Amino acid sequence: MQSLSKLFRGVASAASVATGGEGGRAPARVQRRSNGLSELSRSFRGEQGLCVLDLGPTSPQNIAYLTGLGHRTYNEDVLLSSLDPTWLKPAEDGGQVIDTERFLAENLCYEKNFFDAVFCWDAPDYLPADLVKPIVQRIFEVTKPKGLLLGFFHTRDAGPDAPYHRYHIGDTETIEMQRIAPPAPGTRQPDSGPGRYHHFRLQRIFNNRHIENLFHDYASIKFFLGRDNIREVLIVR
Amino acid sequence: MPVNTPIPGVRTETAHIGKSVLVRGELSGSEDLYVDGEVEGSIELQGNSLTIGPNGRVRASIHAREVVIHGRVAGNIRAVEKVELRKSANVVGDLATQRIAIEDGAYFKGGVDLQKQAAPAPPAPVVREPIADPVPETKPAAAAAGQSTIFEAGK
Repeated sequence: MQSLSKLFRGVASAASVATGGEGGRAPARVQRRSNGLSELSRSFRGEQGLCVLDLGPTSPQNIAYLTGLGHRTYNEDVLLSSLDPTWLKPAEDGGQVIDTERFLAENLCYEKNFFDAVFCWDAPDYLPADLVKPIVQRIFEVTKPKGLLLGFFHTRDAGPDAPYHRYHIGDTETIEMQRIAPPAPGTRQPDSGPGRYHHFRLQRIFNNRHIENLFHDYASIKFFLGRDNIREVLIVR
Repeated sequence: MPVNTPIPGVRTETAHIGKSVLVRGELSGSEDLYVDGEVEGSIELQGNSLTIGPNGRVRASIHAREVVIHGRVAGNIRAVEKVELRKSANVVGDLATQRIAIEDGAYFKGGVDLQKQAAPAPPAPVVREPIADPVPETKPAAAAAGQSTIFEAGK
């Protein structure tokens, strides 16, 4: 049984650059049916020209899929951006904290009520604690009323060493999960190319009440339980 | 600043900006361009292709027929035909083009707006009013000017 102290973890070593696949190849992908994606797809069936925000790592597949449907897609890897040490400022206790004002001044800068859909994936589970609520609030501001957010949250069964995945949209109801292994000790990775698959360590586990509190400004929340350690949440702005 | 003016009858070659070169200002030309250095400002290559090499660092708005990126670009990119981000690309800015190809490993932050090329508008029919006779003499109405064909990249 997990202790309560593990439910909300402070920011430890949140990220490191992963080895990617063997021999430098991209890691393999596993298909997963997504009820949340299925419902989101159903809501937007037949529509074109929607504005969609993808908060995950750059996914050529997601870009191709969304633009192929006639939508405009925006990409912003907030997790990767959060790693930038220039966001840090001195804290009162002598440590360092993220300057959320400065972070939001240069990230997620869009017009109000701009997006029809936002793919959060599991970013809130991995973001530095200081950024979670401000980013959720910013998403609220830039999403249209009745716009949809799709989020994935790990369940209690996911331990601190739960694998980190990148998510790619397969079709209207299928996600491809690409597992990113942590780097081997002492491994130095290239700055770009297939070797640059960043690995992140799970920072926290949200229960349903925490999720409801996090998105309390939004209109409604729908939960979908999966067979794996991931809970899908479809949120209406 | 024009890069090179092609000489009629001579096969166009690709202009090259080496990795130690820094260019500030408006860069325009009528030939293909390979940038492996630093450019700040704007790059205008309307009918030609632009390649940003792996050492290229561009902080500029870009307008070209085709853009292939191996290096770093900060700026909006407008390509009539296509944009390619290779695996070492690091691009921050909005892309407007007909086709896009992104290799796994590339980093991209910004918006993608795929624009289908619109069919050319048919020329408007010329309308002539009959000349009134006999007198008074009236000048025929001016014929409606035919519209020039405009290709619009957009929805």
